[in-house]
Amino acid sequence: MSLAGETIEDDAEISDLDQPLIEARNVSVQFDSQNILSNINVTIQRGQTVAVIGESGCGKTVFMKTLIGLICPTAGHILLDGFDLNAMDQEQITLARRRFGFVFQNAALFDSMSIFDNVAFPLRQIKKISDQEISERVFQHLAEVGLPKNVTRKRPAELSGGMRKRVGLARALILNPEVLVYDEPTTGLDPIMSDVINELILETRRRYPVTSVVVTHDMRTARKVADRVLMFYPRTRLLDEETQILFDGSPSDLENSEDRRVRQFVRGEAGERLNELAQQADF
Amino acid sequence: MSESAASISSIPPDEQTPLVRWVNDWGGAVVDGIVAIGDMAIFTWHMLRWMVSRLPSRGTVLINFYQVGALSLPVVALTGTFIGMVLAVQSYAQFHAIGLDSRLGAVINGTLVKELGPVLAATMLAGRVGGAMAAVLGTMRVTEQIDALTAMGADPIHYLVVPRFLACILLIPALTIMADFMGIVGGYFYSVVILGIDHAAYLNHSREGVTGFDLFSGIFKSFFFGGIIAIVSCYRGFHCEPGADGVGKAATTAFVYSFVLILAIDLFLTIVLNSIYYTLYPNGTSFL
Repeated sequence: MSLAGETIEDDAEISDLDQPLIEARNVSVQFDSQNILSNINVTIQRGQTVAVIGESGCGKTVFMKTLIGLICPTAGHILLDGFDLNAMDQEQITLARRRFGFVFQNAALFDSMSIFDNVAFPLRQIKKISDQEISERVFQHLAEVGLPKNVTRKRPAELSGGMRKRVGLARALILNPEVLVYDEPTTGLDPIMSDVINELILETRRRYPVTSVVVTHDMRTARKVADRVLMFYPRTRLLDEETQILFDGSPSDLENSEDRRVRQFVRGEAGERLNELAQQADF
Repeated sequence: MSESAASISSIPPDEQTPLVRWVNDWGGAVVDGIVAIGDMAIFTWHMLRWMVSRLPSRGTVLINFYQVGALSLPVVALTGTFIGMVLAVQSYAQFHAIGLDSRLGAVINGTLVKELGPVLAATMLAGRVGGAMAAVLGTMRVTEQIDALTAMGADPIHYLVVPRFLACILLIPALTIMADFMGIVGGYFYSVVILGIDHAAYLNHSREGVTGFDLFSGIFKSFFFGGIIAIVSCYRGFHCEPGADGVGKAATTAFVYSFVLILAIDLFLTIVLNSIYYTLYPNGTSFL
């Protein structure tokens, strides 16, 4: 191959790297007559850690599930490396999903399996891996999240909430995904365990070249782990001309946002919200 | 009417006359019913496609075989025995009055092999296994375990539904045979040991009362019963509403729908099999 040819290949690689890893284009999701997401446009670059914040019911989790193809958008497209998830056949979407690791809110570990089998499950879906290698990788990833070998024989119901979340993280990491998606990683945990999970998210980012999307309403998590924050707002409480993403910027700019609703959320102030809720209840 | 019924009227609810409301409610229920049937047909189609393209791993299948077959065996055997004895108790007075006590075996065994054995085994399976399937899958849906399977690149229908379907259709014939056998033993025990009917006469008439086609038709029907239990229960579990109430409702509706469908399919298949029998054997003689 000529030098010129190599340059062309290098250019192609550079342009691939410039392309957003994930792109949501005009994405809307509707359940029955209820608009959950409306006309969302987001691009996520490789290596970014994006926190998606917003009050309960604003569509954060729906957005995250739409990103990995668990929910099909009513309108718009989700592009992964420029390829439309909606246009993929079953086999392609299965392969695309293996590029994601997903840490569910309540870990979503399989009750009927031991911890070992839970963590090994994604590997066993790929047939060409030996039992020996599966064992090594399971123990390695459990050690990385600070879990001893003796938990492997236990069932999920025998573990604490924090341990289950860490098992969920080990399971999400086992296929070395390009994108890690966390759904409320610190919800329901004590402050110390919440910080342990935050540190694990940072440690994971240091150790692996992953892009992360963290859905949370814990501002401490958002400030600590993210280098970009998106704030969603419920569609029903927006004016027609407003977009559902009220804030898109760095965590340090959150406090100085011009939007009162963003500042209110970040400071955790009820403001007029209680009156609004009372009015809705009367109605 | 159900709160979840679709509205088919464009008139706001406050402005609807009672007649419009009635038509709206019932029309909505019909639309919901048609949608649910279509949805279940698509669900079944996906499952059948997996059955011909790739079967689940042996470990996944075996654990379901154990839960559906081995664990159901004692309860099916026990209920079968009692049903056989109840038939003897119920029929004895009439047969004794006309001096046909020794023909009790023909009636008990014929009823068991043709109808009660398959339906009883299917009912026990729907109650013990179908309800549990809907509850387990419903809990997996509510706790996002089914989403987790999908997120990890596994197809939930392939991983969760196909093994349960295989276990139900392949093991229900064995459970039916067990129900038939234990019912026959129970009926014999009560008739001969308790009621004192002559042993040899009872057995002779029992042989006359059951044909090979009767045995075949009972087992043939059980395949359909097993299939319907697996499909209805898994479907209800997959479409479980959130919360403990949703899981409970999924388990209850799985049993109720399965039971109603078992009886409806039983009627339909009995008519079809009887027509076939009388076409093959116009004089009503057995092929055995």
